[in-house]
Order: sequence, then C-alpha cells, then structure tokens
Amino acid sequence: MNVPENLKYTKEHEWIKVEGTTGIIGVTDYAQGELGDIVYVDINPDITELNAGDPFGTIEAVKTVSDLYAPANGKVIEINKKLNDEPQLVNSDPYGEGWIIKIELSDPAQINSLLDSAAYKAQLGQ
Amino acid sequence: MKKTKFYSIHEKLGAKIVDFAGYKMPVQYSSIIAEHKTVRTSVGVFDVSHMGEIFIRGEKALEFVQHITVNDASLLNDGRVQYSAMCYKDGGIVDDLLVYRVNQNEFMLVVNASNKDKDYNWMVESNSFGVKIDDESDEYSLLAVQGPKSKDVIEKICSKNLDLEYYHFFLAKIAGVDMIVSRTGYTGELGYELYFKSDEFSAEKIWNTIFEAGKDFNIQPVGLGARDSLRLEMGYCLYGNDIDQTTNPLEAGLGWITKLKKSSFIAKDVLVKVKDEGLKRKLVPMVSDEKAFPRHGYELFADGKKIGHITSGTVSPILEKAIALGYVDSEYAKEGNQINFIIRGKEVPAVVTKLPFVKV
Repeated sequence: MNVPENLKYTKEHEWIKVEGTTGIIGVTDYAQGELGDIVYVDINPDITELNAGDPFGTIEAVKTVSDLYAPANGKVIEINKKLNDEPQLVNSDPYGEGWIIKIELSDPAQINSLLDSAAYKAQLGQ
Repeated sequence: MKKTKFYSIHEKLGAKIVDFAGYKMPVQYSSIIAEHKTVRTSVGVFDVSHMGEIFIRGEKALEFVQHITVNDASLLNDGRVQYSAMCYKDGGIVDDLLVYRVNQNEFMLVVNASNKDKDYNWMVESNSFGVKIDDESDEYSLLAVQGPKSKDVIEKICSKNLDLEYYHFFLAKIAGVDMIVSRTGYTGELGYELYFKSDEFSAEKIWNTIFEAGKDFNIQPVGLGARDSLRLEMGYCLYGNDIDQTTNPLEAGLGWITKLKKSSFIAKDVLVKVKDEGLKRKLVPMVSDEKAFPRHGYELFADGKKIGHITSGTVSPILEKAIALGYVDSEYAKEGNQINFIIRGKEVPAVVTKLPFVKV
C-alpha cells in the first residue's frame, strides 16, 4: 500500500498535497483499491467554495459508489477534466494524474489537523 | 468463515477476499472489468464452491422435486439440467436453483450459498414423500469455466468426448478426479461447471490442469465481482437482489419456468390467481446513457411519482452504459417507456429495454 509521507490524509481516505497556498486533493491508493475499477468521477459543478468535511462529489466504481469529502476549507480553482474520459487514472496513479480537485486554501494551517502518513497507515492497520 | 479448497490459491494470486454467504471468497483478482472482458472474449475460471448441493434420493424423488419446484421436472431425462425455483405457499420465492436429474430416484439441487440452510429446512419441512434429503454442500467443490474458449480448454482435459448440449451433464474425469461436467453457467457465454469432491491437493491439481490447458487462450481467474456484472448483462436474477420471499416468479419474469399446468406444486393456486388477476408490477431491464449509475435500492420515478425501485444496477463493462433491473408498476413496464432513476436526489433518465442487455 502506497502512503506517501509528503501528503496529509482524512479518515475518509482523501489525500491533500499542499503547494504554497494551493491544495491538491485526491483519494488514496487504499481507497482506489477498495473501490476497484473506477468508471466515473462526478464532481458537483456548482461548488465554488468548500469547507472541510463537505461532500463535493462521488466516485463510481463497477461495484459501488463512494462520496468525496473536502479535507480543508478553500475556493475551488480547478477540477481534473482528464478524469471525464479517463477515470481509471484514479486507479492507476491515485497520487499523480488521478488527482481530483484543486483548491485555494483559506487557512493553510488547517492542514496540520489532518492525519500524517504514519497516522493514516495506523488507521489502515499497517 | 469457511474457506473453499481453492482458498490458498486465491491468496497466492493476490485476490481481494470478501466474506460472502459464510465463506471467504475472491471478489476480484486484478480488475472486475478486465476479468469480465476475459469471460466475454476468451475464457475465465470462477471458484463458486460456496454454492449448495442438496441431493434428493428415493423412490419418490421425482414426485418430491415436482412438489417443491415450479418448473416441470418430469420433462427431464437422466443427464439433463433445468432452471427452476422453489416458492413458499404464498408464492414468495424460497430460492432459484438448478435441478439435475441423475436418475428417476436421484436429483441434485444446486442452490444459492446464502440460502442453503433455509432451503434444506424448507425441503425437510415439505417432505411428505419419504425421500432422503442430503446437504452435501461441504463435500463438493465447484468451478465454473466460462467463455467462448471454454470448450477448447475442457475438451483437452476431459476423459470423455465433450459433446454436451446446453443444460446437459455427464460424469467424467479431469486430472484423474471424478466429476459432474455440466454445460451450464451464469454468464451467458458457452461454459461448463465442474462439481467434484476432493481434498485441497487434488483441487490444486484440477485448477492447475485447467490453467495449463487454457494457457494458449490466456485463461484467467475471475472473481464474484465480474460474476455479478456478467449475470446482470444477461438479465439473470440474483436472489437477495431481484428475487426474494416478497417477490413471486411471475412478476420476476420467471413465468417461463413456472409451469402452471403442472398437476400440483407448492404455491400453484396462489400463482394461478396472480396470473388471472394480472401482474401489479414487473421486473424490467432499463438502460441509461447518463454517467450516473443505478444501484440496488434506488427509487424509480415516472410522471413525477414513485413507480418502483431498482433491484440490481451497475455499469455494463461491454456497453459502457448504466444498466439496471427493477420492479415497476405494470403500466410502466413496456419496452421503450421512459423511467427516471433517482440517484442522490436527482432524476436520471432511463428507458425500459429488453433482455439480454448484451448479445453474446
């Protein structure tokens, strides 16, 4: 199971990578493995602002569907349009090309309350 | 949790294991979509040893099977298989099953894993025929070899010439082990199901023999995930989803196996009445071009009101479209009718279609 050390995690299996004041958000390797083949990533197009814990979309897999939750507060700046045609990128490269949404963090310090890789691994029982 | 004789093989292959019907079962090895396509284009192997095998033996075995099932088992010759169902007295479905006629005095009933104890008890309770009812599920392993190349694989390793018609079976040896070779399956493809008693050692030998014979066809193991998507593309009912004790076989589209002219069987009177009065609701296949996928339990709307619910739904790996089965009020059941899936509060347009979703 790949749990990179430079990311922060939610209990609901999202990750966030902070670059300056930008937060890049996706789902973890564990999450994509549990979901199996991902066939659609549905991001609510009306959402412009997110608060930590807000649902902002869903991931559809063959077997099941799962909600996506915002790890932090911020303004939506970009949605990964590549996933429209290639949702399987979330399976093949969950921390890279399979990123889902970018936000402008309203409070970068908020990230510190999220799980670090060790704590997330512990939650996974590893 | 029980383990099948192939459990350590699944573990070695890195399968994702889930608890299902009291067993540790492989839900997928690599990817549901890849495994699904393997079965549609070449050949795949499923461990479905969790299924139940209940034997009916005795002079009145045929009469008993006729009494508890809705199809006409008197039409079977030795070596034939029939898809059927058992109903409670009120017409609700106990289970759907395969009826194997070994001979007039011996039948094998293959039932759903999650129902086998309930089924066994129902059979014992209904046994006014003095037949012997033996649940031999724990002794039998079951592999399903399915796909257009399945015949090429099995005929290489089967001790008998594989001239087997659809829904026929015979006894033969594979890898030196006696087994029931049955031309049946739950995928819609050409396929065989192999029932045998063996220890883990022989089970592994059988598995390896099949995979060696299938090497040229890129044979792959297939999990329960693809088993579900494959059966849904054909519109086959799954007990617990599409049928259960609150549904009757007529509304479930199983009128073709419900032989109301048969002299007598459990629930006949109720089912005759249901048919005479007309069905209130019907299980229908629906398809949608929208990128939102229907799931078990979602509501169905038309004309601004609730008209039913979805019993099975997924994205078809072959059509790459949303497909579903669901019960709707009969007036909405006609092919071509517009129906909306309710997905997370939104109405998603779909249309009633016909089965199978995928032609094989």
